Amino acid sequence: MGWMAWTLPTALFFAGIALLLVAMTVWQTVSPGRERKGFLPLTTSRGDRLFIGLLASAYGHLLVLALTDWPLWVATAICATGMAIIMKWG
Amino acid sequence: MRLRKSLVMLVYLLFVLVPIYSLVNMSFKSNREILGGLTLWPTAPTLDNYRVVFTEPTWYTSYLNSLSYVSMNMLISLLVALPAAYAFSRYRFLGDKHMFFWLLTNRMAPPAVFLLPFFQLYSAVGLFDTPIAVALAHCLFNVPLAVWILEGFMSSVPKEIDETAYIDGYTFPKFFIRIFLPMIRPGIGVTAFFCFMFSWVELLLARTLTSVDAKPIVAQMTRTVSASGIDWGVLAAAGVVALLPGIAVIYFVRNHVAKGFALGRV
Amino acid sequence: MKPYNNKAWWLVLPVFVLVAFSAIIPMMTVVNYSVQDIFDPSTRYFVGTEWYREILADPRLHDSLLRQFIYSFCVLAIEVPLGIVVALSMPRRGLGVPFSLILLSLPLLVPWNVVGTIWQIIGREDIGLYGWILNSLGLDYNYASNPRDAWITVLVMDVWHWTSLVALLCYSGLRSIPDVYYQAARIDRASHWAVFRFIQLPKLKNVLLIAVMLRFMDSFMIYTEPFVLTGGGPGTATTFLSQTLTQMALGQFDLGRAAAFSLIYFLIILLVTWVFYTAMTHNDNKE
Repeated sequence: MGWMAWTLPTALFFAGIALLLVAMTVWQTVSPGRERKGFLPLTTSRGDRLFIGLLASAYGHLLVLALTDWPLWVATAICATGMAIIMKWG
Repeated sequence: MRLRKSLVMLVYLLFVLVPIYSLVNMSFKSNREILGGLTLWPTAPTLDNYRVVFTEPTWYTSYLNSLSYVSMNMLISLLVALPAAYAFSRYRFLGDKHMFFWLLTNRMAPPAVFLLPFFQLYSAVGLFDTPIAVALAHCLFNVPLAVWILEGFMSSVPKEIDETAYIDGYTFPKFFIRIFLPMIRPGIGVTAFFCFMFSWVELLLARTLTSVDAKPIVAQMTRTVSASGIDWGVLAAAGVVALLPGIAVIYFVRNHVAKGFALGRV
Repeated sequence: MKPYNNKAWWLVLPVFVLVAFSAIIPMMTVVNYSVQDIFDPSTRYFVGTEWYREILADPRLHDSLLRQFIYSFCVLAIEVPLGIVVALSMPRRGLGVPFSLILLSLPLLVPWNVVGTIWQIIGREDIGLYGWILNSLGLDYNYASNPRDAWITVLVMDVWHWTSLVALLCYSGLRSIPDVYYQAARIDRASHWAVFRFIQLPKLKNVLLIAVMLRFMDSFMIYTEPFVLTGGGPGTATTFLSQTLTQMALGQFDLGRAAAFSLIYFLIILLVTWVFYTAMTHNDNKE
């Protein structure tokens, strides 16, 4: 595993993603969600919204890094809010 | 109208064939003639270039190396993709769409992105410079493609066939191998052809994951620069030889290849 | 409607394991590399998002990204209409069908580096047919020294290499139109344009979506052909994303920067793939 050059932050990041996927699976099994249409211009399931949220967050972080000098947690905070909005009303 | 169509087709085929003709033409020339000026056919035809390709060990072993990883890749891709494609074409399950999308992204991802970790990964597991490393690496884009094409072909087989077979007491493996696979034979043939094709023509990963023992033909061809410059004649002969297996394979699937290009979904 | 059955996962599992091995593990490694400054496996420092900040401001990324988008756009703008025209001109029956199918597929079977070699020769003004013709016509054509000529040669090479794919896709779409439609059109004395617009084009929509997606993606990751033909030059005129990345990763062994570049590259691919995939499933659902 040495060649993979693990660091604590990236390990936490991937653990978080894995947990998120497990949680989504459990949630879907316990109370199945249906596809619906929110403010996004397409019908989405929970999983779709999660993906859209994550992808948008990735782009959000890159934008902040490219265009501003803000510390990264600001970007994370904004993206987390956006993510919640997409999950709830998207 | 018909005449105009034939004319368009002829002009396009000419456009396709001229470069290939120039490759074949070049392979029968000596280097002196190639570099001496433009000739439309070999003035002094020679088989020397082919002799080099077929007798020099570095050339024919690299050819065999390519054949070995390509066939391994074809076999692995088909073996894992067949059941998966059946699952996608017949059932809905938790996360099926996301799984399919994820597979698709791997077909679309540029090999350059995976270059660095692949080199490290296959060195770490001790597979560097073996054909199996290249075969596994090529699975990255061939397996998703195989699933995609096979799913299209399988979806055009009516579901009633499965149901009747299960009622008749067939178990799943028996039904799958005895009844279902023969029905989608053209699909399997076309999928094998596509796996072959994309593995055969790929250079970047094949070159990065091999050095000496498993060097593929495509990498060997990029290393023909000797002291006296590029050996164009041998390069052209090797190119012609590298073209032949593809032509042989496509002949067998010619009637279904168009549907294959549409990934089975027309 | 397909039955819902989670046991189907067992059938997908082998694919998942295999692709995970060659996709997820490397992807994790790339992420790890991208946040560190690595000198050798034991000497590495966590640098956070420094590489991203640097690469996002790097003109090499901007330039090759711009070139890449222009290139992929040109590829689509030429290959898709040309492919449709060729597909419409394909013979419908008889010996011409397998004959033209095999001839059309030929460029697709040529190993990518050989494609580069072929065009390298054929474009030379002293010994290549096309280069010689162009120069005899009085054009000062030289792909090795003139950026515009190099660019055009790479583009023509791609058209030669891949238009057949679009043509074959469209051909198989056209073949699935029942003859009845054409007969009805003949009775109505519909013009050729009307037949194309209202019978053939709608049927082609699905395959065209696949064609556009495959052509966009594959031209977006083009590496071997321009690498062999021009080596990315003259200057950086034909250096596309994959080549910039490969130079960074293997040429300069600049792990951190290359990894950050890889991830940005991958994110672009991810977004575009998602858009196409959504459009495709949307289409399927409507039918």
